[in-house]
Amino acid sequence: MELDFSRQLHFFWALLPEIILCTFGMVVLVAGVSGKYKDADKAPSGDPSFGTTADLGWLSLIGVLIAAGANGWLYGVKEVGQDSMIALDHFRLFANWIFLLAAALTILISFAYVYRQRLQAGEFFALILFATAGAMFMAGARDLIVIFLGLEVMSIAVYALTAFNRRDRKSAEAGLKYFLLGAFATGFFLYGIALTYGATGSTNVAVIATSVSSGAATAGLLTIAIALLVIGFSFKVSAVPFHMWTPDVYEGAPAPVTAFMSATVKAAAFIAFARVFLVAFNDSYTTWFPILWWLAAITMVSANLIALVQTNVKRMLAYSSIAHGGYLLLALTAANPTATAGMLFYLLVYTLMNIGAFAIVISVAHQAEERQYIDDYTGFGWTNPALGVFLTIFLLSLAGFPGTGGFMGKIYLLQGAAESELWWLMVILVLTTVASYWYYLRVAWLMWMKNPTSDGQHDLVITPFPMRLALVVCVGLIVYTGIFPGAALEFARASVQGLGAFGGGIVGLAP
Amino acid sequence: MMTSLLESIGYVGWVLHALIWLPILGVGLVLWGEEEVAKKVAFWWSMGVLVLSLGLWWAFDPTQGSMQMESSTPWIETWGVSYSLGIDGISLFMVLLTTLTSALAILGSFNYIKERQRAFYALMLLLQAGVVGVFVATDLMLFYVFFELTLVPMYFIVGIWGGERRIYAAIKFFLYTALGSLLMLVGILYMAFTANELLGFPTFAYADMLQVPLTGTEQLWLFTAFALAFSVKVPVFPLHTWLPDAHVEAPTPGSVVLAAVLLKMGTYGFLRFLLPLFPVAAQHTTVVYVMLVLAVIGIIYTAWVAAVQPDAKKLVAYTSVAHMGFVLLGIFALTVNGLQGGLIVMISHGISTGALFLLLGMLYERRHTRKIEDFGGIGRVAPLFATVFVLTALASIGLPGTSGFVGEFLALLGVFETHPTIAIIATLGVIFAAYYMLPMVQKIFFNALDKPENREMQDLSRREMVILAPLCALMIWIGWNPTPILERMEPSVRLVLERVQAAAPAGTLGSVLEPGSSVVIVPAPADLEASDDLDGGDRSTDDD
Repeated sequence: MELDFSRQLHFFWALLPEIILCTFGMVVLVAGVSGKYKDADKAPSGDPSFGTTADLGWLSLIGVLIAAGANGWLYGVKEVGQDSMIALDHFRLFANWIFLLAAALTILISFAYVYRQRLQAGEFFALILFATAGAMFMAGARDLIVIFLGLEVMSIAVYALTAFNRRDRKSAEAGLKYFLLGAFATGFFLYGIALTYGATGSTNVAVIATSVSSGAATAGLLTIAIALLVIGFSFKVSAVPFHMWTPDVYEGAPAPVTAFMSATVKAAAFIAFARVFLVAFNDSYTTWFPILWWLAAITMVSANLIALVQTNVKRMLAYSSIAHGGYLLLALTAANPTATAGMLFYLLVYTLMNIGAFAIVISVAHQAEERQYIDDYTGFGWTNPALGVFLTIFLLSLAGFPGTGGFMGKIYLLQGAAESELWWLMVILVLTTVASYWYYLRVAWLMWMKNPTSDGQHDLVITPFPMRLALVVCVGLIVYTGIFPGAALEFARASVQGLGAFGGGIVGLAP
Repeated sequence: MMTSLLESIGYVGWVLHALIWLPILGVGLVLWGEEEVAKKVAFWWSMGVLVLSLGLWWAFDPTQGSMQMESSTPWIETWGVSYSLGIDGISLFMVLLTTLTSALAILGSFNYIKERQRAFYALMLLLQAGVVGVFVATDLMLFYVFFELTLVPMYFIVGIWGGERRIYAAIKFFLYTALGSLLMLVGILYMAFTANELLGFPTFAYADMLQVPLTGTEQLWLFTAFALAFSVKVPVFPLHTWLPDAHVEAPTPGSVVLAAVLLKMGTYGFLRFLLPLFPVAAQHTTVVYVMLVLAVIGIIYTAWVAAVQPDAKKLVAYTSVAHMGFVLLGIFALTVNGLQGGLIVMISHGISTGALFLLLGMLYERRHTRKIEDFGGIGRVAPLFATVFVLTALASIGLPGTSGFVGEFLALLGVFETHPTIAIIATLGVIFAAYYMLPMVQKIFFNALDKPENREMQDLSRREMVILAPLCALMIWIGWNPTPILERMEPSVRLVLERVQAAAPAGTLGSVLEPGSSVVIVPAPADLEASDDLDGGDRSTDDD
């Protein structure tokens, strides 16, 4: 099948996975307020994995799986030209796999949480689906306006999810904070789009690229536009110094939402970031290279240092996610096919290990927000050996230790950086990684090297069936990509083929 | 006869793989078995691996210096990473030392480890697999993976079963080592990147890396990165501070494996990677002097520190640093004698210090203290114990007729050939060794039997004798007849030295670091496949 976007229907086919997700989202939303589930939040009883609110979760999961099928089908569809509003390249499709995976895992780990916290299941799962659809719009957009639309669809859904637990003050606070700062960042982003339009006369990524490379674009205006867009994206990928919202929001939001946010929002922002900067602004590489170089360096150093002193696991993982954003910025700075493929691969692995780690955090917190401190993990490994081993694997993977997908991801990023000869940035990455060992291993040592502070400390830890399923998937894939990464690496590599010209060909620049 | 038996079962084809994967299989067996039988399963399993590895002694061809029993399978083809194993005269003894000490350490922990036995023995086997992997990997990425993998089991062994300050010691050990090795990772990636540019295909293979021409400046940078990683591991003064902590806090079997094989990974790295890959940097006058001086400081300083330790285990821990100083001295002598001496010290230290830690562990099991002053006159109630301890201590000091003497003598001889002054100063270290070791032996075993608790001291049990007998036999055998070992390592050692000397003939050392100058070692493309051996065929040396 070929799409040239001459007819409206072609857009329908190109956006099939997103449309399926939105449809399921609406069905779940309506079903959630139907008679059967209306009172479900009042009296929790029975098994959280099946029946009552769980039906809505399984329904959403089916939606995600069908959308995944549609995403697979899109591999057989070709687009004519490379300048339509909606991209149909493998870069987008790979990103879609990441979002769908993140959505499926998030749904699986939320069952018991939604149930025990008596959240409105219909709205909760529907918002997850809408946010995922928004992220997919961002990845598939080849027009700044469509990126903006996707960004807003995703962000507004996530703002609502952050504040979702209306019985929890922290959740409301986090929601408001995220909303205000997010809106502020959106302003920068929109202004950047406007100035880009002013400088090049288009919002289409392909047209902008031509305009920039031919020198037709107004240079001064373009520089300001690039700076504003960097700020807008930096908020979303939470690069230091635009990260201030992250720890508070991650801490306050319901834990499954934090897991989802740390994976999907970051991935979507990075994918769009990459498409705009590697394709549209490719020929301005020398302009944005030093900005990203410093952003990456500052993000890696400060996030890893601040994470050292965190006592709350959610905050620790928030700073860890900022640090991982720094590693990914290194890939953008390198701006070559290897680094971009490394970014895709890393985002995939990062999704698995981060959601996996959060799944266990949710379990330890009794499917609530109760036990979030690192000290609550004392002796956890010996009372729950399976979960302990899993968490250790997730932490080792986050730390980038051999035998895990996180290691392979880091090597891929470093190789990409080596091709652009960013030696100092690589050294910063490995040195900050040593710092990160400290805070990841601290959880491991409390888990295995200390005894529980009180008897029965971990008696209430429950892992219902869906969460176990998610954990097994995460651990399995992390170990698999850590030992046999070949297939995933080549897949990521093939997915960046034909994305753009890649400015990273210019090597040996100094910031 | 042995040789033909081994040939008939295709030994050389699978033995290296088996030495890595059998222990990992054992991890599964131990974990899925019963808690009570975990130690027996682990011990017999590691004994099986030991017996299997002994065949290497016969299967190894002593006339060949390059890698033997090589095999290579693509692992991550996109990056050119391969699962390639091989063994030469340098790694042969490290592998044997690993399988031997692992089995004995497991046997030695039967009484010491009372809790969480399954997890403990699983980690010991995992550690063994990782260490063997380090010594037989011939792909830089594979080497790095094994090098890092050994950290995790050791971290947990120290952290879970260790003493009072175990967590502090475990994390210090982990962070120190990781800091060095991650910088080495950047170095490895730099080399792979350069190799890809010059050879035209992605590769991490050791044999290919030897073909990569590097300028003097590049070599110095890479040398620094690699040397940092290995120096932490050795450990070289002043990076040694993690070692006493880790040794003292680790449970006995942990200390044994740490001393006997984990430290050797550092010196092995010097021999395997630093000298052959960066020959120009390795013989640069400043580098050589820095390393030699650090080695001498390590020998003398830690000997003094050891002499005042009230804790016997800490004392022995410090002597490790001193012994490794001799290894370093031997290596940077850059002579055949020096390198061989270094290697023998590595083996001898593995045996004698391993035995010392086992003996101290046995003392601790009996009296639950390691303070030297708590003992006295033990020799009267436990004569066999005292005999073995004295023999081991003498081997550690380097008394003629024991393994320690051969190694230290050769290492010092090697240094004397090139740097006589350094050799003379370092020789003082041998005297200091007697100064710290003998008083300890005297205070524990000889003085008056004045503590009532010590009167009930049991002598060596049968299990303990089984553990110590092979170690004592090796100390004496190597001391009297080191030739079979020396002749097996000599061709490989010569190959390393030839490569070092070929890179920069004497007299041009000063000029290699001038801008623009480079040691160009460009083999013809056809040679690339053909020349797997270390000296790489008709490589021409062209400086300026």
